[in-house]
Amino acid sequence: MKITDDEVIHVANLARLDLDEASLKKFSSQIGKILEYIDTLNRVDTAGVVSTSHAISLVNAFREDRIQEHLDRDQALSNAPEKEEGSVVVPKVVG
Amino acid sequence: MAMKLHELTIHKACGLLAQKEISSQELTRAVLSRIEAVEDRVGAYISVFEEEAMARAKRADREISKGHIRPLTGIPLSIKDLICTKGLKTTCGSKILENFIPPYDATLIEKLKGAGAVILGKTNMDEFAMGSSTENSGLKLTRNPWDLTCIPGGSSGGSAASVAADMCLGSFGSDTGGSIRQPASHCGIIGMKPTYGRVSRFGLVAFASSLDQIGPISKDVTDCSLLMNAVSGYDLRDSTSVQAAVPDFTACLQHGLKGLKIGIPEQYHSSGGLDPDVSASVENALKVLEGLGAECVGVSLPHTDYVVAVYYVIASCEASSNLARYDGVRFGFRDEGQTDLIQMYRQTRSRGFGEEVQRRIIIGTYALSAGYYDAYYGKASQVRTLIGQDFNNAFNTCDVLISPVASTPAFKIGEKVDDPLTMYLSDVFTLAANLAGIPGMSVPCGFSAGGLPIGLQIMGKHFNEELLLKVAYNFEQASDFHKKRPVL
Repeated sequence: MKITDDEVIHVANLARLDLDEASLKKFSSQIGKILEYIDTLNRVDTAGVVSTSHAISLVNAFREDRIQEHLDRDQALSNAPEKEEGSVVVPKVVG
Repeated sequence: MAMKLHELTIHKACGLLAQKEISSQELTRAVLSRIEAVEDRVGAYISVFEEEAMARAKRADREISKGHIRPLTGIPLSIKDLICTKGLKTTCGSKILENFIPPYDATLIEKLKGAGAVILGKTNMDEFAMGSSTENSGLKLTRNPWDLTCIPGGSSGGSAASVAADMCLGSFGSDTGGSIRQPASHCGIIGMKPTYGRVSRFGLVAFASSLDQIGPISKDVTDCSLLMNAVSGYDLRDSTSVQAAVPDFTACLQHGLKGLKIGIPEQYHSSGGLDPDVSASVENALKVLEGLGAECVGVSLPHTDYVVAVYYVIASCEASSNLARYDGVRFGFRDEGQTDLIQMYRQTRSRGFGEEVQRRIIIGTYALSAGYYDAYYGKASQVRTLIGQDFNNAFNTCDVLISPVASTPAFKIGEKVDDPLTMYLSDVFTLAANLAGIPGMSVPCGFSAGGLPIGLQIMGKHFNEELLLKVAYNFEQASDFHKKRPVL
């Protein structure tokens, strides 16, 4: 197999996903097949070929550093699942 | 009036509004009634904003009464549910954003509002635009108006279905690998993916940032031009938007294709698995275009076999990074009751994202992880350069490229859901335009034996949307396919 269950668990952990046993089996097999397919890229000689990260090459998009109107705090927090006194509330971070 | 208002094109409706034969309120009411009548069967919309739409129609009528009318004044449109609408739910077809209410409008929405358009509601889509059938929506199922047992295409399936079923006069979707063109093809209407950078993406929920582009879906080519006119142009808030001159996209709608060189990519037409009805329709379309003065030349896109692999590496890598922001902290769904932060992230994301999104996040995270980056992302980015060069070379000998949009007409609901790789491979004709950043368009060119629409893809050079529109317009004038409507 192209990717083991343990590797899928490791990657899922990096991506902060929690897979149950059934999804793990399904993903390992499907992702294995997809990765095997992706390996066809190894047939292409890319020695000396530059990478493309954007199809239209743009030079840095600079703008004036001017003070502008932005969302106010209430608007910025309007979708927060839990908030208190103008801040987002999350489970305890430091033990 | 015998005429059914919801069946109007944008340019016809605009004419009637200008002559005061109809009002925007009558038009908007008629389209809302149409939605009410067929939504149960089609399932195109996630949200319909009846009150807001009628209020905007009223405002448009006031403008028109003062003699202020522009092409989109009072025209009811639908919007794919990943473009932010201030104060109105924007779900991205995902449970993780099911109750998300954006505090701002996307530039596209600002422009449409500024142009006087009426926004009817938000359309269904594959979750985070990942899919080719709209079956990956976390919220509902959309059916093809031509055959309710078939998929409408995806990921902008709700937008395409809403246009085909006359549940709006036009729509905007997004196209990362064919998500405008393929559903337009499956639903028998026009869809355009403009050049990368042509339309601002500020306020578009990001999937794969080097590939995503917003574009119009319409009932005919003239409407496509009008929608392009309203939304194209540089935007300071989207640093990838390009400062290119924006033409009047209706000026190119002229008869005559004399001297046009159409490139026929040999790899596309020799590819296995091309449905015979699709093949025959495309062949027929080429004859029609030749009859109008165009000349067909063979061209080669030697790296075509690698397009799907390059796309799925790059799109998944970018998605895994873009979707890291959904953590249950600042907005969106949070799995309540977790006392540990990491556990809260994990449960939020596992319960909030659907299967396809999780699968692509895992592929992308794997491909970007230590030790694999060069082999996957690095390699794919290099092959992407070669794919772009193939197009540059082809455009040395031709003006546009023509191919099918999809290798088959719309497939049955459920047919491919358990086989992601087969689903990915069905996008082979549309993915390359996103990798190369070039514009591409779908135009109705026939029907299968089973009565399903078939689309023709026209692709052109960067910022040459006008030529695509001209070719599409000439083909449309010489054919009747766009006049046939589904019966619901």
